[in-house]
Order: sequence, then C-alpha cells, then structure tokens
Amino acid sequence: MTFWETFCLVALTALKSLVMLSALLVFIAFALLADRKIWAAVQLRRGPNVVGPFGLFQSFADLIKFVIKEPVIPAGANKAIFLLAPMVFATLALASWAVIPLADGWAIADINVGITYIFAISSLGVYGVIMGGWASNSKYAFLGALRSAAQMISYEVSLGFVIICVLLCAGSLNLSRIVMAQDTSLGLFGWYWLWLFPMFVVFFISALAETNRPPFDLPEAESELVAGYMVEYSSTPYLLFMLGEYVAIMTMCALGTVLFLGGWLSPIPFAPFTWVPGLIWFTLKASFLFFMIAMVKAMVPRYRYDQLMRLGWKVFLPLSLISVIVVAFVLKLTGLAPGA
Amino acid sequence: MTAAAAFFYLFAGFAIASGFMVIAARNPVTSVLFLILAFVNAAGLFVLMGAEFLAMILVVVYVGAVAVLFLFVVMMLDVDFAALRQGFQQYLPIGGLIGAIFAIELILVVGSWAIDPGIVRTPIGQTAASEALTNTQALGRVLYTDYAYFFQIAGLVLLVAMIGAIVLTLRDRPGVKRQNIAVQNARTQGMAVENRKVPSRQGVEV
Amino acid sequence: MKLDQVARGLLLKEFVSGFVLAMKYFFKPKATINYPFEMGHRGPRFRGEHALRRYPNGEERCIACKLCEAICPAQAITIEAGPRRNDGTRRTTRYDIDMVKCIYCGMCQEACPVDAIVEGPNFEFSVETREELLYDKQKLLDNGDRWEREIARNLAADAPYR
Repeated sequence: MTFWETFCLVALTALKSLVMLSALLVFIAFALLADRKIWAAVQLRRGPNVVGPFGLFQSFADLIKFVIKEPVIPAGANKAIFLLAPMVFATLALASWAVIPLADGWAIADINVGITYIFAISSLGVYGVIMGGWASNSKYAFLGALRSAAQMISYEVSLGFVIICVLLCAGSLNLSRIVMAQDTSLGLFGWYWLWLFPMFVVFFISALAETNRPPFDLPEAESELVAGYMVEYSSTPYLLFMLGEYVAIMTMCALGTVLFLGGWLSPIPFAPFTWVPGLIWFTLKASFLFFMIAMVKAMVPRYRYDQLMRLGWKVFLPLSLISVIVVAFVLKLTGLAPGA
Repeated sequence: MTAAAAFFYLFAGFAIASGFMVIAARNPVTSVLFLILAFVNAAGLFVLMGAEFLAMILVVVYVGAVAVLFLFVVMMLDVDFAALRQGFQQYLPIGGLIGAIFAIELILVVGSWAIDPGIVRTPIGQTAASEALTNTQALGRVLYTDYAYFFQIAGLVLLVAMIGAIVLTLRDRPGVKRQNIAVQNARTQGMAVENRKVPSRQGVEV
Repeated sequence: MKLDQVARGLLLKEFVSGFVLAMKYFFKPKATINYPFEMGHRGPRFRGEHALRRYPNGEERCIACKLCEAICPAQAITIEAGPRRNDGTRRTTRYDIDMVKCIYCGMCQEACPVDAIVEGPNFEFSVETREELLYDKQKLLDNGDRWEREIARNLAADAPYR
C-alpha cells in the first residue's frame, strides 16, 4: 500500500467518524428531549416546550448553558483526575459506536470481534465514574462511585452471558454477521427477541442497570446521594458526564437492536417494506428501545441497593447461565448450530 | 507497514512509561490508573499482532474487572506514605539483592530460550488467515481440542478458588431477618387484611 | 397457586400492566397549564402587586389619611402628606411601598376609605435588583393606570360580598 492510499483510507475513516458522530450527537440531543417529554407526559406534565417549536431546541439551549458556565473544581479535588474522568467517560461511550452497523455495510470499522469490542469498551466506562467519584474528594461522590462501579460490574456478568447466547445462535462475533444471521423468511418472528425472549428481557433490564438508568439509578439517587459521583461537577465536565450517559444508553439501544431486533432488517420481509433503507429501520428500532427505557423511568420505582444486587447475582446470573447451556444443547441436538 | 511500526512504538512506549509510573507514582490510586493504562497499551500491542480477540478479552477481564477491584481496595485504604518510606534505606541492600537475583534468573531464562525459526517467519495473524479462520475461531479450535483438559482444569482451579473464598467469608449469623421476595410478592389482600366486627367497649383480640 | 405466579413473573405481567397504565396517562390531557402562555384562574380578591387608583377624571383618589400606613403590619408603607389644597383636600407628596417587606395581607386596601390603594391581579413583577422593588408614588400610579380595568372589574365583582 502506498503512502497516498494509506492517507486516503485514514482520511475517509476520519470523515465517516465525523459524520457518524455529528449525526449521533444530534440524535441524542432530540432523544434527551424525548426522554424528558415522555417522562413528563406520563406524569401529566408538559415537559420543556418553550425553546423552539414544542421545545425542540431545549437540548441545544442546555448545551450552551452548560458550556458558558464556570467550571468549579473543589479545593480538595485531585485536579488532573477530576478533569480526566468526564473526558474518559464521554470518549469511551462514543468509541463503541465505531463498530455498530447502522445498515448493511455501514459500520466505520466492521471488525471480527465487534461485540467483544463493545463489551470491553462498556466495561471501561466504569473508570470514568469511579475516577470522578474518587477525585471529587467528597463522601457523596465517593459513595455514588462505589455503588455505580459495583452495579456496573455485577450486571456486566449477566449481560455477557446474554451476549454469549446470541453468539451461539449467530455463530459470529461480528455485529453485521449477527444481523445477517437473523435474516430469515419469517421476518419479524425470525429475530432473536422471540427465540431468546427471556434473554431479551434480561438484556433490557441489565442494560438499564449498566447505564445507571432508573429504576437502577442508585449511583445518583438524589434522595440519598444528591447526585452521586457527579455531585461536584459543573459546567462542561458535567455536560460530558451527562452526554456520556445518554450515548451509553443509545449504545445499549443499538446493541439491543443488533442482537435481538434484527438490526437494519425489515420486519416484514417482502417488497414494499424491503425498499425502505436499512438505516431507517435501524433508527426506528433503536428509538423504540429508547422509548421503552424512557417509559421504565416513568413507571418503575427505584430499587433498593440490596434488591439490585439480589436481582443481578441471584436471579439474572443463574438464569442467563442456565440459558447459555440450554441454548447450546438445543442448537447441538437440533443441528441448528451455525457451522455444524 | 510504517504505520504499524509507528503504532507499535507508540503502544510499547506508553506501556513501558506507564509501567514505570506504576512504581514511581506517589499516590497509589494514580499507580493503579497507570497500571490500567499499561493494560490498555498491551491490548493495543495484541491488536497490532493480529490477536484482536485476546486484546479484547484482556481489556474485559483485566481492565474491566480485576483492576476495578484493585482500585476499590486502594481507594478504601488510607495508606500513610511517610511511614511506608521510613525503612527504605534500611531495606535497600536486601531488596537490591533479591532484585539482582531475579534479574540474573530472567536473563538466564531468556538467554537460553531458543525460538523455533519457523515460528518467526509466520506470525500468529498469518497462520490464522492461512487456514481461513478468524482469530477467535482459531483460538477456540485449539483451546477446545488439543488443550481441552488443561482448559477444564484451569476452570476447576478457579472454581475451587471461588468456593474457597466463599467458605472463608460466609458466616451463618443467627437471628438475622431475611427478606423472601417471592413470598412477599405472592401475598394477596386476603392474606394481609382481615375484616373484623369490633364490639363496642370490648375491643378484639389481635 | 405457585405455578401461575411463576408464569406471571416470567411473562412480566406486572410490567405489562404498569406499561398499559402509564400509556393511558401518556395520552390523557395535561394537568398542568402552559403557564407563560396560559394563565391560571385568579379570583377577584386576588392580592397581587399594589396600585394607586385615580378617579375617572384623572384625579388621584388617595387623600393622605395614612390609614394604610397605620394598619400595615409589616410597616412597608411610608406616606408624607402635602399641604391642604384650595378645595380643602390633601394629597400625598410621597407614597412608598417597600415590596420586599410587604406580606400581601391586603390590610391596606381594607383600610382605605376611598379605594385608592388596592392590590391588583398582577403577580409577575419580579425584577433583577432589590432597589426596583422599593416602589414610589409614580410607579404605583402607573400601575393603577395600567391595571385599572381589571381592578375595577374585580372590585365590582367583589362588591356584593362586602
């Protein structure tokens, strides 16, 4: 490969990343607004409706507000780690989007170990939280960080087993191949959400716990810990934490779409529906999952911490472990295993 | 090729520098964070060698789980560094001696270690590609066929360690109230509420 | 008994019923009003921002009797009376209300014999400095001119009950 070919490849990848990143961030700005609007609607409120038509520009107004405010760094804080933590958190959250296939062949890096990559990156996300909590030099922040770290690690275990179930069925770690494996003539009913329904539920709930969303938002339980690990943060560092959190939620939605909802595939596998671009199907499915996550925030009360741990270790871990074995046996006995 | 070399020097340099900072940093939390940086750089080196599955597993296991536990412990500890560094001069000769012995052993081992020239010519990534297998499949094929027993034994060792840890920490304390969530969820209104007629001026037995 | 409970747990019965309930509320009309664009109902006795009223011919109603100053429990009102005029009436030269002290009890409008000082329907008078809340006579008269229609209507509506 000549120098120019390498250069063009790098430049093209950078351009793709830039387009993806800006599209993702704009989408998240509206997703954030949708989250607040849905929460408000269930509580018979209106939600933000002043900035722009129907409050559509609320997130951008918030962005400007956060950026122009003064960042306050506590006197006892470890300054370097305090500022590094939100950057690590937001960067890692964004990094996992590199491998997600938005449509057939539309991934920035279509790597063979895509799902492990996402898993690795999301397991790194806990460092942003724990560094931020420790560097703030505050009891509340530290307690929030400890809770969050313990919670994220606990649910990562069952999330891993859920992913293994899907991998057994799909026979590949590549996200595009996982989607292609769901491309059957059954359409909607050939996707893994039906065949692995209990795992889909476990995945959904673990995703909520993994991203510190209600009802598992104990790390930032405002009635006990004020705002958890983010309590000392203000201005842009806080913005980065919040952005990272919502990017992580969207990542989980995208991952759920790829693993269980057939990625970019059309739900009804014949003519007029297959003409619709895959990107639109993908967006619709991810938005549906996001809507469910927002609804859960509105309708489920917060878990107590010991109940959270019980659910993770005593219910989900055995359940997902058993189902890995069951899925493996069923695939082997029926001869449906890929590559068998 | 030059790009790969540049990345190799980048990752290797960072790995060595952060490895040095692990022992040089004053704050133990900073040490652990540098350790994590070293792990991540090692994962980067694995990716360059074409072992992407190993790289990701390294990140998931060591960085995502083990190092978090390190960080937990270190953050909880209140280490007094003045006290720790007091005997530094005193223990220097012994420490130096042990370090020297280890260094000599390492040099002897590495020096006498002859690498099969055939392996050098075919890097790991290429062997996998030549059999038209992905990295993950190649690993799995070796791990679950040739080394299946060793793999199972390693798993058993870990299981024994886990059971040991549970046995050591499990205390059966009497008199602890436990919540049975299944029973609680199964409760109905009929089981919890009772309607009684209260005679005037007499009350009821509860 | 046990089995149907397990089945319900696995099929997420409670989650689904909770979701259905939440969706019912989702499409219900909102309980909140769209405040800055829509006002809630305020009764005729609403005690908001103060105003000094005038007679229809433009004459100030206030006769500097200082009853409001005397009755004000927060001592927020300060009045200085001018000399008696040719027609035998008096007018104030200074009429200040410290809106920071005021507790909006409405005693001043009860005490006023000529319905000069009233508490109007306006409650949106937040300002950025404290000094702007120290109202003088001109400000109060301007308020009266601005809110006269609403104030007169409220007084008329409340009159039968006095």
